[in-house]
Amino acid sequence: MSEPVIKCESVYKIFGENAETMLKEANGNVDAKTFQENGCIVGVNNASFEVSKGEMLVVMGLSGSGKSTLLRCISRLTDATGGKIFIEGQDLLNLNNKELIDLRRNKMGMVFQSFALLPHKTVVENIAFPLQIKGINTGESINKAMDMVKLVGLDGRENYFPRELSGGQQQRVGIARSLAVEPDIWFLDEPFSALDPLIRKEMQDEFLRLQEKLQKTIMFITHDFDEALKLADRIAIMKDGVIEQLDTPANIVLNPATEYVRKFTEEVPREKVLLIEDVMDSSTTENIGDLKVLRDEIIENVAEKILTQEKTVAVIDNNNNIVGSINPTKIINTVFGGRKNNN
Amino acid sequence: MEILKKYPKLFQWLFLLIVFFALCFAIDVPETYKFIRGQAEFVKDPNQSTFVFLGKEVRYYAFDVFWRLPPLLGWLPIWINDSLFFLMNDWMPMEFWNEDTQEYKTRPLVLQITRNLTAFMTFLIELIREILLGGLETIVAFTSWDWIDANPWAELPGLPWTIVAAGSAILAYKLGGRGLAIFAGLAMTYISIFGQWKPSMQTLSFILVAAPLSFIFGLSLGIAAFKSKRVEKALYPILLVMQTMPQYAVLVPALVLFGVGDHAAVIITMIVAVPPMILLTLLGLRAVPPEVIEAGRMSGCNNWQLMFKVLIPTARRDILIGVNQVIMVCFSMAVISAFIGAKGLGFNLLLALNQLNIGLALEAGLCISLIAILLDKMSLAWANKQVDYFGNLNFFQRNKNSLFFGLIMIVGIALAYFGSVYFKGGYNYLFEVPHNKGISTADFWNKGVDWIFDTFFVYIKAFNTWLIVEVLQPMRALYLRMPAIATIVLVVGAGYLIGGIRSALVVCGLTLFIALSPWWDRALVTTYMATFGVIVSCIIGFTVGTLCFQNKHSTKFMLNVCDIFQTFPSFVYLIPVMMLFGITDTSVLIAVIVYATIPATRYTIEGLRSVPSGLHDAATMSGVTKFQRLFKIEFPLAFPHMMLGLNQTIVFALFMVIIGAFIGTEDLGQYILKALSDKKGAGIGLTLGICVAFIGLIFDNLIRTWVDKRKKHLGID
Repeated sequence: MSEPVIKCESVYKIFGENAETMLKEANGNVDAKTFQENGCIVGVNNASFEVSKGEMLVVMGLSGSGKSTLLRCISRLTDATGGKIFIEGQDLLNLNNKELIDLRRNKMGMVFQSFALLPHKTVVENIAFPLQIKGINTGESINKAMDMVKLVGLDGRENYFPRELSGGQQQRVGIARSLAVEPDIWFLDEPFSALDPLIRKEMQDEFLRLQEKLQKTIMFITHDFDEALKLADRIAIMKDGVIEQLDTPANIVLNPATEYVRKFTEEVPREKVLLIEDVMDSSTTENIGDLKVLRDEIIENVAEKILTQEKTVAVIDNNNNIVGSINPTKIINTVFGGRKNNN
Repeated sequence: MEILKKYPKLFQWLFLLIVFFALCFAIDVPETYKFIRGQAEFVKDPNQSTFVFLGKEVRYYAFDVFWRLPPLLGWLPIWINDSLFFLMNDWMPMEFWNEDTQEYKTRPLVLQITRNLTAFMTFLIELIREILLGGLETIVAFTSWDWIDANPWAELPGLPWTIVAAGSAILAYKLGGRGLAIFAGLAMTYISIFGQWKPSMQTLSFILVAAPLSFIFGLSLGIAAFKSKRVEKALYPILLVMQTMPQYAVLVPALVLFGVGDHAAVIITMIVAVPPMILLTLLGLRAVPPEVIEAGRMSGCNNWQLMFKVLIPTARRDILIGVNQVIMVCFSMAVISAFIGAKGLGFNLLLALNQLNIGLALEAGLCISLIAILLDKMSLAWANKQVDYFGNLNFFQRNKNSLFFGLIMIVGIALAYFGSVYFKGGYNYLFEVPHNKGISTADFWNKGVDWIFDTFFVYIKAFNTWLIVEVLQPMRALYLRMPAIATIVLVVGAGYLIGGIRSALVVCGLTLFIALSPWWDRALVTTYMATFGVIVSCIIGFTVGTLCFQNKHSTKFMLNVCDIFQTFPSFVYLIPVMMLFGITDTSVLIAVIVYATIPATRYTIEGLRSVPSGLHDAATMSGVTKFQRLFKIEFPLAFPHMMLGLNQTIVFALFMVIIGAFIGTEDLGQYILKALSDKKGAGIGLTLGICVAFIGLIFDNLIRTWVDKRKKHLGID
């Protein structure tokens, strides 16, 4: 596997006047309570993880959990108090101002919860803004921006001002702007949280479509567990600055690492999240029926077919090889029971 | 006793009051004490004590320390003055090349700097003035008098008034639409026809120089303060004092540094107009959402791009509101600067008031008011105008205003030419209506004033006498009867009860400065006049505000009235009161009341309006009557905002009391006025200004601290 695009090694962000000395004295053992007594607030506590190319990492947490702070450390909108961050092997915290600006102009794009559009510029001017900042001339940048307008489906509204657009449309502009410089790394800070539920769902689908096409490396922040499950390759769940668990959606649902994570998974409809391969037996028994199901099918889609069978059902991969089996009772157990005694 | 247990604060306040009155009664008025009037203070008196500090001798009447503190700060004005003179006349003499005499000349550095600054300002003002009115100073500045004699054609002719009037109408149309355009056109035409063109254009040219310069300085300092906490901390106290300093107290030092005339006025105007610009720039930049800044950063902006492409455009509205403030301050300074010889409407007004020609004063005042409203509305319209997209318009649509203005230029010049033929030998009315050759209504107004005096003299006089004898004199006597120590205890105690030890210390410092200056008695008189004005204004303002709030239309109407009245320079308010009440304290107080009622009314309405509508509905649903709602819900919630109104009322009242010195009062203002005509007045004027500012700041500190606490308690913003 190639080098990770984003790599964090025990990143700390502590707010307060003598944060740095306190962090040194704590010697890697940061306790939020003792810090708070000394007038410091712990934003991010010992975060280590990697994001590989084309992967979407969703950071989920309630407000105050430090997820936005973590994102701002990685985009260096705030400087981390301790730890190391590597972007494509470059040590982010050691970049000087010019190198940082270069990195942002070419490699990074970011979408904000409140859209953060410039009120005095039209849609197309907003999208062209990062290009113009880079020094690309007006004509070329507007042409490029028009492509982006089409990409997010806003053609015909390119000369509107942000004040004349709905929330969903404004966020489309925000997305287009963050993509204008064709960044490799895409940060999204609760991009859909300010939108109505219906629009949010529409935007999520749109976002998945875009990602399929663009294959960016993504860090996506949200407080909505369902959204995380829907979008993520891997999910990091944060609480009080600590990453409680970082794993694939299925593993989080099946094996919550802590009580806190389990509370989130309780109400999740598993059949909508889990794949066949997550619950199948990798051993094959003799008593296999005729029905075959694909291993990466979501349970909900095939449950009805499986449940009408009396025999165990074979699980195959894309090349039609049998890789395992699944018993109808297993499906019933997964969907309706066993939730309480899972840990 | 039950009630005291329930409200421990009440007990503390009662205790404070008891101590205060006990002190008042315990300390007798010294037999030798009398409120010293006028010049007597400058006469050498063998009974005076003296002390010497920093080589400055201070003479004063010594009293019991509890009664009046000795003026230990008496040396300060003298010292400021001497330092200024030293800087101007003796410090760092240097050789400078003199263009006229073609030789080197020795001059002190500061004098040279101020003279160069002065010359530069004069040039700017003359340039604008000659574009509007014509003249040859600018041409001469680039060539010479001999050259202009040989080439008389090069003299700037000035713009015909028709072009300026139409031009301002077009600008108004662009900014604010048809209504504003009509108003602009009519106002300018009125000014021209009634023969006020020249002074109006002089005033306008003054603003056209002062406002842009103030804007640039204010914006840069605002940005600097936004970027650096240290700059902000350094600027903050200056901003605070400048906001409560009466505008014409700063005229005095300007007189010493820059001499008499428009240039000195422009420089001093900048000093007054820059603080609000700094504040609003700072406010606007602070209000930019953090995510927008982050978006800018993530787009790869460097600091420069972030400031000029993201922050300032996003804060556009607040910054333009700052421009509006700058223009209004410049305008009111343009009027007051008449005291140090600035030309224009203010000068005419001052002259007319001095001659007691109320008719002429009224005409000038009307022009001032018209221009003030016009400038205010236009700059506000600019601030509220949103950027529009014009990429899809053709050349003509995009440039229709400039094209139209070009057309107007041609028509205007043609008209002026036609006029020069038509009015051959006489005045060319289509070019410029000369001063005093327009229609004048002065006689009409003067007759009106005479009629009022003839008809109502008895009543006015009776009212006047009653007010002075029954209300003002006793009140004044009460204020002067307070021993200094009692006043300080009262103020500091209030500070402690409201804001704790910190507030108490601040207030104590401010009060001590005034008490140790030589003008404690005068300050008491200023305070008494302001107090009277504030009490009456608040009663009127709160009542009117509450009444108007009952109905949507009247609310809107009243706010509009407040807007318009607030644009008038304070000086203008003296005209009608002098017309009705002549030259008495009553006139000043009535002007104070009228002027200070504006913020009282406005803040009452705004406060009541800020009560959340949800609460309003909830109260209605619990079945309250209108009165219950007003007294149980709306007043308690609106009260903090109304108190901020009180704060403004005090500042307004103080300003007016000080300007009232022009009519004749016996307070700090009188001394400022005197300092204006005194060669050594700079130090006195400045110290007096600071004293007035400190009176304002004492109340400001107390009220603000209380409001902040109260708001926190109520959970409002």
